[in-house]
Amino acid sequence: MVSLTVKNLISIADLSTKEILTILDLAEKMESIIHGPKPSTLLAGKILASLFYEPSTRTRLSFESAMARLGGSTITVADISASSVAKGESLADTIRTVDNYADVIVLRHPQEGAAQWAAEVSKVPVVNAGDGAGRHPTQTLLDLSTIRKSQGRLENLNIAVLGDLRFGRTVHSLSYAITRFTKRLYCISPPGLELPDEIVMDLKEQGKEVIETTDLKGILPELDVLYATRIQKERFPTPADYEKVRGVFRIDKAMLEGVKSNLDILHPLPRVDEIAPEIDETPYARYFTQMFQGVLVRMAILSLLLEVNTK
Amino acid sequence: MSSKKKKSVKPPAEEKPNELRVQKIKAGTVIDHITAGNSLAVLQILGITGREGDVISIAMNVHSKRLGKKDIIKVESREITADEINRIALVAPKATINIIRNYKIHTKMRIEVPDEIIGIVRCENPSCITNNERGIKSHFSVVDRSPVTLRCTYCKRISSQDYLVEQLQGSP
Repeated sequence: MVSLTVKNLISIADLSTKEILTILDLAEKMESIIHGPKPSTLLAGKILASLFYEPSTRTRLSFESAMARLGGSTITVADISASSVAKGESLADTIRTVDNYADVIVLRHPQEGAAQWAAEVSKVPVVNAGDGAGRHPTQTLLDLSTIRKSQGRLENLNIAVLGDLRFGRTVHSLSYAITRFTKRLYCISPPGLELPDEIVMDLKEQGKEVIETTDLKGILPELDVLYATRIQKERFPTPADYEKVRGVFRIDKAMLEGVKSNLDILHPLPRVDEIAPEIDETPYARYFTQMFQGVLVRMAILSLLLEVNTK
Repeated sequence: MSSKKKKSVKPPAEEKPNELRVQKIKAGTVIDHITAGNSLAVLQILGITGREGDVISIAMNVHSKRLGKKDIIKVESREITADEINRIALVAPKATINIIRNYKIHTKMRIEVPDEIIGIVRCENPSCITNNERGIKSHFSVVDRSPVTLRCTYCKRISSQDYLVEQLQGSP
């Protein structure tokens, strides 16, 4: 029986490289459950509580889908502003309530560190589904799964992250994870939205090369993977600050002349105007494949955290 | 008129050149080797405003063999506590603490920046859960001791010594 050493999934840093690969391997096996003839009962009788303090389409629905695919069920607060949170209830009290109702809690929260705090007070496992501009480990695992499936490996790929590297939590988690397999990371961002200093410092301490540039066109021909992200409008102090950087980098078909044939363009979605719709039909677009990998990876994570026998 | 020879008056110790302009204290605390310029932050941490009536002596930017320049504070009639020492460690990581009783050093302690700082300073990140949730204590791991650099264990943001000094000077 495969298992994780951690009770919660808060950060990619909680997982060893071996555990990351265990999750990816298990996620691959989950595909046969989705396409299999009989519904799975692996998580029958288990309940997932879905607590989303920030909007979400993919993360929320894919967790709920993953739970349903494995025979479990989900309880949720449809609108967090209609719950006791609106009366000023603390996160800790909400968690201490919900952990009586569920076997696992999936939490998205606007404040950095919220999932870790929730895990400290919860009796049941907590999965971080995004904490402010902090971390988003399950997104990273599905990103890795997508890359491995498409490229056939994770090692020694030329990978660039593009866009809002300061506030984009998916990039923060991915930067730590992908550099376990690669020597360098290209970072392309508008001024002021660079990867946070502490992440750059950590990567350099690990002997990784962080190449920060604004020349997207110049490095495109070298890349195996381009990971584009949305500028996080909701995290800017004023609309004017957002407008200054919006649309600085936009990928269209013309830019892709001369790229490697194996280039994968990923995006955690939602996109605004970073990727032109004409890219969707090219062989480079992987962002809709990511969505399916999201269900598989979350099926794997839930089954591991709930310690069911996945063989 | 007396022809008595005028006695030469020995200048008080504090007027000697190249020596500290403060006298030994009978009882209290001497905080030496404070990072130059940070003594006011240390006073703030100790909650000393000067209105308490205790005698306080401060020397700033005096020569130090070990540090080049340093600050010194002498607080009469008060022995600082372990918790206060931890707080001082954030702005004066190389300080030494001498507890004085009856003009003699009773206890000599060198400040050691602990591996973790809990509940003393706020995280620099306004969006950190520790700045927004009731009942949670700030919690940092120390990533560098000189200058002191802290990493929030919740949001992972780095807080610099300048930020810590600024915050501790501003907090009562």
